[in-house]
Amino acid sequence: MTNAAAFSGGGVSDLGPSREGFLLPAFDEEAGEFWDGANEGELRVQACASCGRLRHPPRPMCPICHSTDRTWKAMSGRGTIWSYVVPHPPLLTPYSELAPYNVIVVELEEEPNIRFVGNLVTGPEGSIDEIDPHSIEIGEPVQVVFKRFERADGSEEHLPFWIRSKA
Amino acid sequence: MSPPAAPGSAAIKDATAIAGIAQTEFAKRLDPSEAELACSVIVAACEDAGIDPSEVDALCSYTMEATEEVEIARNIGCGEITFFSQIGYGGGAGCGVVGHAAMAVATGQAEVAVAWRSRKRGSGPRPWTSTSVQLKVPGAWTRPFGMLRPVDEIAMLTRRYMHEYGATRDHLCNVATAVRSHANRNPAALMFEKTMSRDDYMAARWVSEPLCLFDNCLETDGALACVVVSAERARDLRQPPVYIHSFAQGLPPEHQTMVNFFNDDPLIGPAWACARRLWANSDFRPEDVDVAQIYDAFTPLVLLSLEGYGFCKRGEAPGFTENANLEWGKGQLPVNTSGGGLSEAYVHGFNLINEGVRQLRGTSTAQVEGAETCLVTAGEGVPTSALLLRR
Repeated sequence: MTNAAAFSGGGVSDLGPSREGFLLPAFDEEAGEFWDGANEGELRVQACASCGRLRHPPRPMCPICHSTDRTWKAMSGRGTIWSYVVPHPPLLTPYSELAPYNVIVVELEEEPNIRFVGNLVTGPEGSIDEIDPHSIEIGEPVQVVFKRFERADGSEEHLPFWIRSKA
Repeated sequence: MSPPAAPGSAAIKDATAIAGIAQTEFAKRLDPSEAELACSVIVAACEDAGIDPSEVDALCSYTMEATEEVEIARNIGCGEITFFSQIGYGGGAGCGVVGHAAMAVATGQAEVAVAWRSRKRGSGPRPWTSTSVQLKVPGAWTRPFGMLRPVDEIAMLTRRYMHEYGATRDHLCNVATAVRSHANRNPAALMFEKTMSRDDYMAARWVSEPLCLFDNCLETDGALACVVVSAERARDLRQPPVYIHSFAQGLPPEHQTMVNFFNDDPLIGPAWACARRLWANSDFRPEDVDVAQIYDAFTPLVLLSLEGYGFCKRGEAPGFTENANLEWGKGQLPVNTSGGGLSEAYVHGFNLINEGVRQLRGTSTAQVEGAETCLVTAGEGVPTSALLLRR
Protein backbone atom coordinates (compact mmCIF):
# COMPACT_ATOMS: atom_id res chain seq x y z
CA MET A 1 0.00 0.00 0.00
CA THR A 2 1.43 3.36 -0.92
CA ASN A 3 1.26 6.31 1.34
CA ALA A 4 -0.62 8.23 -1.31
CA ALA A 5 -3.54 5.86 -0.81
CA ALA A 6 -3.50 6.53 2.89
CA PHE A 7 -3.79 10.25 2.29
CA SER A 8 -6.74 10.13 -0.05
CA GLY A 9 -9.11 11.32 2.64
CA GLY A 10 -6.78 14.03 3.87
CA GLY A 11 -6.02 14.63 7.54
CA VAL A 12 -4.44 11.93 9.64
CA SER A 13 -4.66 8.23 8.98
CA ASP A 14 -3.57 5.48 11.38
CA LEU A 15 -3.10 2.22 9.53
CA GLY A 16 -2.18 0.29 12.65
CA PRO A 17 0.97 -1.14 14.19
CA SER A 18 3.48 -3.59 12.77
CA ARG A 19 2.92 -7.36 13.07
CA GLU A 20 5.12 -7.30 16.17
CA GLY A 21 3.10 -4.47 17.68
CA PHE A 22 5.54 -1.62 17.10
CA LEU A 23 3.76 1.68 16.62
CA LEU A 24 3.96 3.02 13.10
CA PRO A 25 3.39 6.66 12.20
CA ALA A 26 -0.14 7.90 11.69
CA PHE A 27 0.32 9.66 8.38
CA ASP A 28 -0.73 13.22 7.96
CA GLU A 29 -1.14 14.62 4.48
CA GLU A 30 1.70 17.06 5.04
CA ALA A 31 4.31 14.35 5.60
CA GLY A 32 3.66 11.99 2.68
CA GLU A 33 6.88 12.81 0.85
CA PHE A 34 8.91 12.00 3.93
CA TRP A 35 7.51 8.49 4.25
CA ASP A 36 7.63 7.90 0.52
CA GLY A 37 11.30 8.87 0.72
CA ALA A 38 11.86 6.50 3.63
CA ASN A 39 10.34 3.67 1.60
CA GLU A 40 12.76 4.58 -1.20
CA GLY A 41 15.79 4.75 1.12
CA GLU A 42 16.14 8.52 1.11
CA LEU A 43 15.95 10.91 4.05
CA ARG A 44 13.92 13.90 2.84
CA VAL A 45 13.26 17.12 4.72
CA GLN A 46 10.57 19.62 3.80
CA ALA A 47 11.84 22.98 2.55
CA CYS A 48 10.23 26.25 1.64
CA ALA A 49 10.10 26.44 -2.16
CA SER A 50 10.34 30.21 -1.95
CA CYS A 51 13.17 30.96 0.50
CA GLY A 52 14.67 27.49 0.77
CA ARG A 53 14.50 27.19 4.55
CA LEU A 54 14.39 23.61 5.82
CA ARG A 55 11.71 22.75 8.37
CA HIS A 56 10.69 19.73 10.40
CA PRO A 57 8.14 18.40 11.25
CA PRO A 58 6.52 19.29 7.91
CA ARG A 59 3.81 21.95 7.84
CA PRO A 60 1.88 24.08 5.35
CA MET A 61 3.57 27.46 5.76
CA CYS A 62 7.11 28.81 6.01
CA PRO A 63 7.27 30.74 9.29
CA ILE A 64 9.87 33.11 7.81
CA CYS A 65 8.48 34.13 4.39
CA HIS A 66 4.89 32.79 4.69
CA SER A 67 5.04 30.96 1.42
CA THR A 68 2.87 27.86 1.19
CA ASP A 69 4.93 26.55 -1.72
CA ARG A 70 6.82 23.59 -0.38
CA THR A 71 9.32 21.13 -1.67
CA TRP A 72 11.48 18.31 -0.35
CA LYS A 73 15.25 18.05 -0.23
CA ALA A 74 17.25 14.85 0.04
CA MET A 75 19.65 14.86 2.98
CA SER A 76 22.97 13.05 3.27
CA GLY A 77 21.57 11.06 6.18
CA ARG A 78 24.59 11.99 8.29
CA GLY A 79 24.23 13.55 11.69
CA THR A 80 25.30 13.53 15.31
CA ILE A 81 23.59 12.39 18.50
CA TRP A 82 22.10 15.40 20.31
CA SER A 83 20.72 13.50 23.30
CA TYR A 84 19.47 10.05 24.28
CA VAL A 85 17.36 8.29 26.87
CA VAL A 86 17.04 4.73 28.15
CA PRO A 87 13.40 3.83 28.84
CA HIS A 88 12.53 1.19 31.43
CA PRO A 89 9.07 -0.33 32.08
CA PRO A 90 6.19 0.30 32.38
CA LEU A 91 5.97 0.59 28.60
CA LEU A 92 3.72 -0.68 25.86
CA THR A 93 4.26 -4.17 24.49
CA PRO A 94 6.48 -4.98 22.58
CA TYR A 95 8.73 -2.11 23.71
CA SER A 96 8.58 -3.32 27.30
CA GLU A 97 10.05 -6.69 26.25
CA LEU A 98 13.07 -4.92 24.75
CA ALA A 99 13.66 -2.47 27.62
CA PRO A 100 16.03 -1.06 28.53
CA TYR A 101 16.63 0.20 25.00
CA ASN A 102 17.87 3.48 23.54
CA VAL A 103 16.04 6.41 22.00
CA ILE A 104 18.21 9.08 20.44
CA VAL A 105 17.74 12.54 18.96
CA VAL A 106 19.94 13.19 15.93
CA GLU A 107 20.79 16.57 14.48
CA LEU A 108 21.52 16.60 10.77
CA GLU A 109 24.86 17.48 9.25
CA GLU A 110 23.26 19.88 6.74
CA GLU A 111 21.24 21.80 9.34
CA PRO A 112 21.77 21.04 13.05
CA ASN A 113 18.40 22.56 13.95
CA ILE A 114 16.66 19.79 12.01
CA ARG A 115 16.44 16.91 14.45
CA PHE A 116 14.98 13.42 14.28
CA VAL A 117 13.98 11.07 17.06
CA GLY A 118 15.12 7.51 16.40
CA ASN A 119 17.05 4.52 17.68
CA LEU A 120 20.72 3.56 17.44
CA VAL A 121 21.10 0.08 15.94
CA THR A 122 23.83 -1.91 14.17
CA GLY A 123 22.08 -2.13 10.82
CA PRO A 124 18.71 -1.99 9.04
CA GLU A 125 17.67 -5.30 10.61
CA GLY A 126 18.78 -4.19 14.06
CA SER A 127 16.79 -4.19 17.27
CA ILE A 128 16.52 -1.18 19.56
CA ASP A 129 18.01 -3.12 22.47
CA GLU A 130 21.14 -4.49 20.78
CA ILE A 131 23.54 -1.64 21.61
CA ASP A 132 24.62 -1.09 25.20
CA PRO A 133 22.87 2.23 25.86
CA HIS A 134 25.62 3.26 28.24
CA SER A 135 28.12 3.19 25.38
CA ILE A 136 26.23 6.01 23.63
CA GLU A 137 27.76 9.47 23.69
CA ILE A 138 26.32 12.84 22.81
CA GLY A 139 28.11 14.10 19.71
CA GLU A 140 28.67 10.65 18.18
CA PRO A 141 28.41 10.66 14.37
CA VAL A 142 25.61 8.53 12.95
CA GLN A 143 24.19 7.59 9.57
CA VAL A 144 20.56 6.88 8.68
CA VAL A 145 19.34 3.43 7.65
CA PHE A 146 15.76 2.47 6.89
CA LYS A 147 14.17 -0.40 8.76
CA ARG A 148 11.26 -2.28 7.20
CA PHE A 149 8.09 -2.93 9.17
CA GLU A 150 5.09 -4.94 7.99
CA ARG A 151 1.51 -4.55 9.15
CA ALA A 152 -0.93 -7.38 9.67
CA ASP A 153 -2.53 -6.54 6.30
CA GLY A 154 0.78 -7.00 4.53
CA SER A 155 1.40 -3.31 3.90
CA GLU A 156 4.89 -2.13 4.78
CA GLU A 157 6.63 0.98 5.95
CA HIS A 158 10.26 1.97 6.38
CA LEU A 159 11.30 4.05 9.36
CA PRO A 160 14.57 5.96 9.77
CA PHE A 161 16.95 4.29 12.21
CA TRP A 162 20.57 5.21 12.85
CA ILE A 163 23.89 3.38 12.84
CA ARG A 164 27.25 4.53 14.11
CA SER A 165 29.37 6.02 11.33
CA LYS A 166 33.15 6.27 11.09
CA ALA A 167 33.00 9.59 9.27
CA MET B 1 -7.13 49.90 48.59
CA SER B 2 -4.76 48.14 46.24
CA PRO B 3 -1.84 50.19 44.93
CA PRO B 4 -2.66 52.31 41.86
CA ALA B 5 -1.70 50.79 38.54
CA ALA B 6 1.60 52.06 37.20
CA PRO B 7 1.56 53.65 33.74
CA GLY B 8 1.78 51.04 31.02
CA SER B 9 1.09 48.12 33.31
CA ALA B 10 -1.41 45.42 32.58
CA ALA B 11 -5.06 46.22 33.20
CA ILE B 12 -5.46 43.19 35.42
CA LYS B 13 -2.67 44.13 37.84
CA ASP B 14 -4.09 43.73 41.36
CA ALA B 15 -7.59 44.22 39.92
CA THR B 16 -8.77 40.81 41.11
CA ALA B 17 -8.12 38.44 43.97
CA ILE B 18 -8.49 34.80 44.80
CA ALA B 19 -11.16 34.82 47.49
CA GLY B 20 -11.82 31.12 47.97
CA ILE B 21 -10.00 27.83 47.56
CA ALA B 22 -10.88 24.21 48.15
CA GLN B 23 -9.57 20.75 47.50
CA THR B 24 -10.83 17.21 47.91
CA GLU B 25 -8.91 14.51 49.65
CA PHE B 26 -5.97 13.30 47.55
CA ALA B 27 -5.69 9.55 47.04
CA LYS B 28 -4.61 6.85 44.64
CA ARG B 29 -8.31 6.11 44.28
CA LEU B 30 -11.39 8.16 45.15
CA ASP B 31 -14.83 6.64 44.64
CA PRO B 32 -16.84 9.66 43.38
CA SER B 33 -16.79 10.48 39.68
CA GLU B 34 -14.68 13.34 38.32
CA ALA B 35 -17.93 15.29 37.82
CA GLU B 36 -19.00 14.79 41.42
CA LEU B 37 -15.56 15.74 42.70
CA ALA B 38 -15.56 18.85 40.50
CA CYS B 39 -18.97 20.04 41.67
CA SER B 40 -18.22 19.33 45.32
CA VAL B 41 -14.93 21.17 45.27
CA ILE B 42 -16.34 24.21 43.48
CA VAL B 43 -19.14 24.51 46.04
CA ALA B 44 -16.54 24.18 48.79
CA ALA B 45 -14.41 26.94 47.26
CA CYS B 46 -17.47 29.21 47.14
CA GLU B 47 -18.15 28.38 50.78
CA ASP B 48 -14.55 29.25 51.64
CA ALA B 49 -15.05 32.63 49.98
CA GLY B 50 -18.48 33.17 51.49
CA ILE B 51 -20.17 33.41 48.10
CA ASP B 52 -23.26 31.45 47.08
CA PRO B 53 -22.61 29.21 44.03
CA SER B 54 -25.64 30.76 42.34
CA GLU B 55 -23.52 33.90 41.94
CA VAL B 56 -20.88 32.15 39.83
CA ASP B 57 -21.02 33.63 36.33
CA ALA B 58 -17.67 32.54 34.84
CA LEU B 59 -16.20 29.05 34.51
CA CYS B 60 -12.60 28.39 33.45
CA SER B 61 -10.82 25.08 33.13
CA TYR B 62 -8.54 22.87 31.07
CA THR B 63 -9.40 21.37 27.68
CA MET B 64 -8.47 18.07 29.32
CA GLU B 65 -11.12 18.61 32.00
CA ALA B 66 -13.78 15.96 31.44
CA THR B 67 -16.64 17.82 33.14
CA GLU B 68 -17.92 20.57 30.88
CA GLU B 69 -19.27 23.95 31.89
CA VAL B 70 -22.89 22.98 31.25
CA GLU B 71 -22.58 20.10 33.70
CA ILE B 72 -20.95 22.24 36.36
CA ALA B 73 -23.48 25.03 35.93
CA ARG B 74 -26.60 22.86 36.22
CA ASN B 75 -25.16 20.93 39.16
CA ILE B 76 -23.99 23.79 41.35
CA GLY B 77 -27.02 25.92 40.49
CA CYS B 78 -25.49 28.77 38.56
CA GLY B 79 -27.66 31.51 37.15
CA GLU B 80 -26.52 33.03 33.89
CA ILE B 81 -22.94 32.24 32.93
CA THR B 82 -21.44 35.03 30.83
CA PHE B 83 -17.85 33.87 30.44
CA PHE B 84 -16.40 30.39 29.95
CA SER B 85 -13.06 29.27 28.59
CA GLN B 86 -10.77 26.29 28.42
CA ILE B 87 -7.01 26.20 27.97
CA GLY B 88 -5.07 23.41 26.31
CA TYR B 89 -1.76 21.66 26.84
CA GLY B 90 -2.46 19.74 30.03
CA GLY B 91 -0.34 20.95 32.89
CA GLY B 92 0.58 24.11 31.02
CA ALA B 93 -2.96 25.37 31.53
CA GLY B 94 -3.13 25.61 35.32
CA CYS B 95 -2.21 29.23 36.00
CA GLY B 96 -3.81 30.15 32.71
CA VAL B 97 -7.29 29.13 33.80
CA VAL B 98 -6.97 31.34 36.87
CA GLY B 99 -5.54 34.11 34.70
CA HIS B 100 -8.48 33.90 32.31
CA ALA B 101 -10.83 34.03 35.29
CA ALA B 102 -9.02 37.16 36.47
CA MET B 103 -9.22 38.77 33.04
CA ALA B 104 -12.93 38.01 32.82
CA VAL B 105 -13.57 39.73 36.14
CA ALA B 106 -11.15 42.61 35.52
CA THR B 107 -12.73 43.40 32.16
CA GLY B 108 -16.29 43.25 33.40
CA GLN B 109 -17.30 40.08 31.57
CA ALA B 110 -18.20 38.40 34.84
CA GLU B 111 -18.22 39.01 38.58
CA VAL B 112 -17.59 35.65 40.22
CA ALA B 113 -15.25 33.35 38.29
CA VAL B 114 -14.41 29.79 39.20
CA ALA B 115 -11.36 27.89 37.97
CA TRP B 116 -11.05 24.19 38.67
CA ARG B 117 -9.48 20.84 37.81
CA SER B 118 -10.87 17.43 38.69
CA ARG B 119 -8.92 14.38 37.65
CA LYS B 120 -8.78 10.72 38.50
CA ARG B 121 -5.27 10.17 37.22
CA GLY B 122 -4.49 7.85 40.14
CA SER B 123 -7.14 5.22 39.42
CA GLY B 124 -7.72 6.10 35.76
CA PRO B 125 -5.67 5.17 32.71
CA ARG B 126 -2.26 6.59 31.88
CA PRO B 127 -2.84 8.82 28.84
CA TRP B 128 0.27 7.54 27.07
CA THR B 129 -1.20 4.04 26.82
CA SER B 130 -3.77 5.31 24.29
CA THR B 131 -1.99 4.79 20.98
CA SER B 132 -4.74 6.44 18.94
CA VAL B 133 -4.03 9.69 20.77
CA GLN B 134 -0.28 9.17 20.67
CA LEU B 135 0.24 8.88 16.96
CA LYS B 136 -0.99 12.29 15.97
CA VAL B 137 1.66 14.82 15.01
CA PRO B 138 4.16 15.26 16.57
CA GLY B 139 3.78 11.75 18.04
CA ALA B 140 4.27 10.19 14.62
CA TRP B 141 7.85 11.44 14.75
CA THR B 142 8.60 10.10 18.21
CA ARG B 143 6.33 7.26 19.42
CA PRO B 144 7.28 4.58 16.89
CA PHE B 145 10.83 4.75 18.26
CA GLY B 146 9.74 3.87 21.76
CA MET B 147 9.56 7.42 23.07
CA LEU B 148 6.18 6.60 24.50
CA ARG B 149 5.68 8.59 27.69
CA PRO B 150 6.02 12.15 28.92
CA VAL B 151 8.91 11.01 31.12
CA ASP B 152 10.85 9.84 28.04
CA GLU B 153 10.35 13.21 26.38
CA ILE B 154 11.49 15.21 29.38
CA ALA B 155 14.37 12.81 30.03
CA MET B 156 15.65 13.63 26.53
CA LEU B 157 15.81 17.34 27.36
CA THR B 158 17.30 16.51 30.75
CA ARG B 159 20.18 14.48 29.30
CA ARG B 160 21.03 17.36 26.98
CA TYR B 161 20.75 19.83 29.85
CA MET B 162 23.15 17.74 31.94
CA HIS B 163 25.55 17.55 29.01
CA GLU B 164 25.54 21.30 28.40
CA TYR B 165 25.70 22.53 31.98
CA GLY B 166 27.26 19.75 34.02
CA ALA B 167 24.11 19.08 36.01
CA THR B 168 24.04 15.73 37.79
CA ARG B 169 21.48 13.48 39.46
CA ASP B 170 22.46 15.15 42.72
CA HIS B 171 20.80 18.33 41.48
CA LEU B 172 17.61 16.53 40.54
CA CYS B 173 17.73 14.89 43.96
CA ASN B 174 17.99 18.33 45.57
CA VAL B 175 14.60 19.12 44.07
CA ALA B 176 13.01 15.79 44.98
CA THR B 177 14.16 15.79 48.60
CA ALA B 178 13.32 19.46 49.18
CA VAL B 179 9.78 18.97 47.93
CA ARG B 180 9.42 15.74 49.90
CA SER B 181 10.50 17.44 53.10
CA HIS B 182 7.67 19.91 52.59
CA ALA B 183 5.15 17.11 52.02
CA ASN B 184 6.32 15.62 55.30
CA ARG B 185 4.86 18.71 57.01
CA ASN B 186 1.54 18.60 55.14
CA PRO B 187 -1.05 16.06 56.39
CA ALA B 188 -2.99 16.41 53.12
CA ALA B 189 0.01 15.25 51.09
CA LEU B 190 0.08 11.70 49.80
CA MET B 191 3.71 11.43 50.92
CA PHE B 192 3.11 13.02 54.35
CA GLU B 193 4.42 10.02 56.24
CA LYS B 194 7.10 8.91 53.77
CA THR B 195 10.48 10.57 54.14
CA MET B 196 13.09 10.45 51.38
CA SER B 197 16.85 10.52 51.85
CA ARG B 198 19.50 11.06 49.20
CA ASP B 199 20.25 7.34 49.40
CA ASP B 200 16.57 6.53 48.85
CA TYR B 201 16.59 8.71 45.76
CA MET B 202 19.78 7.22 44.34
CA ALA B 203 18.53 3.67 44.94
CA ALA B 204 15.18 4.19 43.19
CA ARG B 205 14.48 2.26 40.01
CA TRP B 206 14.94 3.87 36.63
CA VAL B 207 11.91 4.97 34.65
CA SER B 208 13.70 6.65 31.76
CA GLU B 209 17.41 7.22 32.28
CA PRO B 210 18.57 9.74 33.41
CA LEU B 211 15.27 10.01 35.35
CA CYS B 212 14.33 7.63 38.18
CA LEU B 213 11.06 6.97 39.95
CA PHE B 214 11.50 9.92 42.32
CA ASP B 215 11.99 12.34 39.45
CA ASN B 216 8.37 11.61 38.52
CA CYS B 217 5.24 13.10 40.01
CA LEU B 218 2.56 11.11 41.77
CA GLU B 219 -0.52 9.60 40.13
CA THR B 220 -3.47 11.03 42.02
CA ASP B 221 -7.26 11.21 42.20
CA GLY B 222 -8.37 14.63 43.37
CA ALA B 223 -9.97 17.95 42.53
CA LEU B 224 -9.28 21.60 43.37
CA ALA B 225 -10.94 24.92 42.70
CA CYS B 226 -10.56 28.61 43.37
CA VAL B 227 -12.87 31.61 43.20
CA VAL B 228 -11.80 34.91 41.63
CA VAL B 229 -13.61 38.20 42.29
CA SER B 230 -12.73 41.88 42.03
CA ALA B 231 -10.16 43.13 44.51
CA GLU B 232 -12.76 45.48 45.91
CA ARG B 233 -15.24 42.72 46.62
CA ALA B 234 -12.56 40.39 47.95
CA ARG B 235 -11.76 42.86 50.72
CA ASP B 236 -15.30 42.43 52.09
CA LEU B 237 -15.28 38.64 52.04
CA ARG B 238 -14.49 35.95 54.56
CA GLN B 239 -10.84 35.32 53.69
CA PRO B 240 -7.89 37.68 53.37
CA PRO B 241 -7.64 38.55 49.67
CA VAL B 242 -4.78 37.13 47.65
CA TYR B 243 -4.29 39.53 44.74
CA ILE B 244 -3.50 38.37 41.23
CA HIS B 245 -0.68 40.81 40.60
CA SER B 246 0.53 39.53 37.25
CA PHE B 247 -0.42 36.78 34.85
CA ALA B 248 1.05 35.48 31.61
CA GLN B 249 0.92 32.65 29.16
CA GLY B 250 3.85 31.56 27.03
CA LEU B 251 4.26 29.78 23.71
CA PRO B 252 7.70 30.38 22.15
CA PRO B 253 8.64 30.31 18.44
CA GLU B 254 8.50 26.98 16.62
CA HIS B 255 7.61 25.12 19.79
CA GLN B 256 6.44 21.52 19.87
CA THR B 257 4.59 20.48 22.98
CA MET B 258 6.62 18.05 25.14
CA VAL B 259 9.02 17.23 22.29
CA ASN B 260 10.65 20.60 21.84
CA PHE B 261 13.53 19.23 19.79
CA PHE B 262 12.64 20.95 16.55
CA ASN B 263 13.86 24.52 16.97
CA ASP B 264 17.05 26.53 17.39
CA ASP B 265 17.40 26.17 21.14
CA PRO B 266 15.30 23.40 22.73
CA LEU B 267 16.42 24.24 26.28
CA ILE B 268 14.76 27.66 26.03
CA GLY B 269 11.24 26.50 26.73
CA PRO B 270 7.88 28.22 27.15
CA ALA B 271 8.80 29.44 30.66
CA TRP B 272 11.10 32.05 29.11
CA ALA B 273 8.36 33.55 26.93
CA CYS B 274 5.88 33.43 29.80
CA ALA B 275 8.34 35.04 32.22
CA ARG B 276 9.07 37.99 29.96
CA ARG B 277 5.41 39.00 29.94
CA LEU B 278 4.90 38.14 33.60
CA TRP B 279 7.73 40.37 34.81
CA ALA B 280 6.99 43.12 32.27
CA ASN B 281 3.52 43.44 33.81
CA SER B 282 4.74 43.23 37.39
CA ASP B 283 6.02 45.70 39.96
CA PHE B 284 8.20 42.91 41.36
CA ARG B 285 11.36 41.16 40.20
CA PRO B 286 12.43 37.56 40.72
CA GLU B 287 14.50 38.61 43.75
CA ASP B 288 11.31 39.96 45.37
CA VAL B 289 9.61 36.54 45.33
CA ASP B 290 9.32 35.13 48.85
CA VAL B 291 8.15 31.63 47.95
CA ALA B 292 7.51 29.76 44.69
CA GLN B 293 5.27 26.93 43.55
CA ILE B 294 6.97 25.56 40.44
CA TYR B 295 5.32 22.93 38.28
CA ASP B 296 7.04 19.65 39.02
CA ALA B 297 5.62 16.80 36.99
CA PHE B 298 9.33 15.94 36.69
CA THR B 299 12.23 17.28 38.78
CA PRO B 300 14.16 18.76 35.80
CA LEU B 301 11.20 21.05 35.03
CA VAL B 302 12.05 22.89 38.24
CA LEU B 303 15.62 23.50 37.06
CA LEU B 304 14.43 24.71 33.65
CA SER B 305 11.81 26.95 35.30
CA LEU B 306 14.24 28.50 37.80
CA GLU B 307 16.22 29.70 34.79
CA GLY B 308 13.22 30.62 32.66
CA TYR B 309 11.63 32.75 35.39
CA GLY B 310 14.91 34.49 36.09
CA PHE B 311 15.89 33.24 39.55
CA CYS B 312 19.30 32.47 38.12
CA LYS B 313 21.05 32.65 34.77
CA ARG B 314 20.93 29.98 32.12
CA GLY B 315 22.81 26.88 33.23
CA GLU B 316 22.99 28.06 36.85
CA ALA B 317 19.95 26.23 38.20
CA PRO B 318 21.94 23.19 39.32
CA GLY B 319 24.02 25.39 41.61
CA PHE B 320 20.92 27.27 42.72
CA THR B 321 19.50 24.02 44.18
CA GLU B 322 22.56 23.44 46.36
CA ASN B 323 22.86 24.05 50.11
CA ALA B 324 19.16 23.29 50.61
CA ASN B 325 18.34 26.52 48.80
CA LEU B 326 14.87 25.27 47.83
CA GLU B 327 13.99 24.06 51.34
CA TRP B 328 11.66 25.75 53.76
CA GLY B 329 13.44 27.21 56.77
CA LYS B 330 16.84 26.78 55.14
CA GLY B 331 17.00 28.23 51.67
CA GLN B 332 16.58 31.48 49.86
CA LEU B 333 13.64 30.27 47.72
CA PRO B 334 11.40 27.60 49.26
CA VAL B 335 9.59 25.80 46.42
CA ASN B 336 6.48 23.65 46.40
CA THR B 337 5.85 24.11 50.06
CA SER B 338 2.88 21.72 50.21
CA GLY B 339 4.82 18.94 48.48
CA GLY B 340 4.00 19.82 44.86
CA GLY B 341 3.20 17.31 42.20
CA LEU B 342 6.11 15.16 43.28
CA SER B 343 4.96 14.54 46.84
CA GLU B 344 1.55 16.14 47.62
CA ALA B 345 -0.67 15.33 44.65
CA TYR B 346 -0.55 15.54 40.88
CA VAL B 347 -3.71 17.27 39.67
CA HIS B 348 -2.20 19.11 36.70
CA GLY B 349 -0.59 21.62 39.01
CA PHE B 350 -3.73 23.07 40.59
CA ASN B 351 -2.49 22.19 44.08
CA LEU B 352 0.39 24.64 43.45
CA ILE B 353 -2.16 27.44 42.99
CA ASN B 354 -3.99 26.66 46.21
CA GLU B 355 -0.72 26.42 48.12
CA GLY B 356 0.29 29.81 46.75
CA VAL B 357 -2.92 31.20 48.21
CA ARG B 358 -2.31 29.54 51.58
CA GLN B 359 1.19 31.02 51.76
CA LEU B 360 -0.23 34.52 51.33
CA ARG B 361 -3.03 33.86 53.81
CA GLY B 362 -0.39 32.65 56.24
CA THR B 363 -1.88 29.16 56.56
CA SER B 364 0.65 26.88 54.86
CA THR B 365 2.04 23.91 56.76
CA ALA B 366 5.45 25.16 55.63
CA GLN B 367 4.66 28.82 56.11
CA VAL B 368 7.28 31.26 54.91
CA GLU B 369 7.22 33.90 57.59
CA GLY B 370 5.89 37.20 56.33
CA ALA B 371 5.49 35.98 52.75
CA GLU B 372 4.21 38.85 50.60
CA THR B 373 4.66 37.41 47.11
CA CYS B 374 4.38 33.95 45.59
CA LEU B 375 5.17 32.86 42.05
CA VAL B 376 3.07 29.96 40.77
CA THR B 377 4.00 28.33 37.47
CA ALA B 378 2.38 25.79 35.18
CA GLY B 379 4.05 23.06 33.18
CA GLU B 380 7.36 23.79 31.46
CA GLY B 381 7.95 21.94 28.21
CA VAL B 382 4.42 22.72 27.01
CA PRO B 383 2.65 26.00 26.22
CA THR B 384 2.51 27.36 29.74
CA SER B 385 1.30 30.03 32.14
CA ALA B 386 2.20 31.64 35.45
CA LEU B 387 0.73 33.82 38.19
CA LEU B 388 2.43 36.24 40.51
CA LEU B 389 0.29 36.44 43.64
CA ARG B 390 0.64 39.00 46.42
CA ARG B 391 -1.19 39.78 49.58
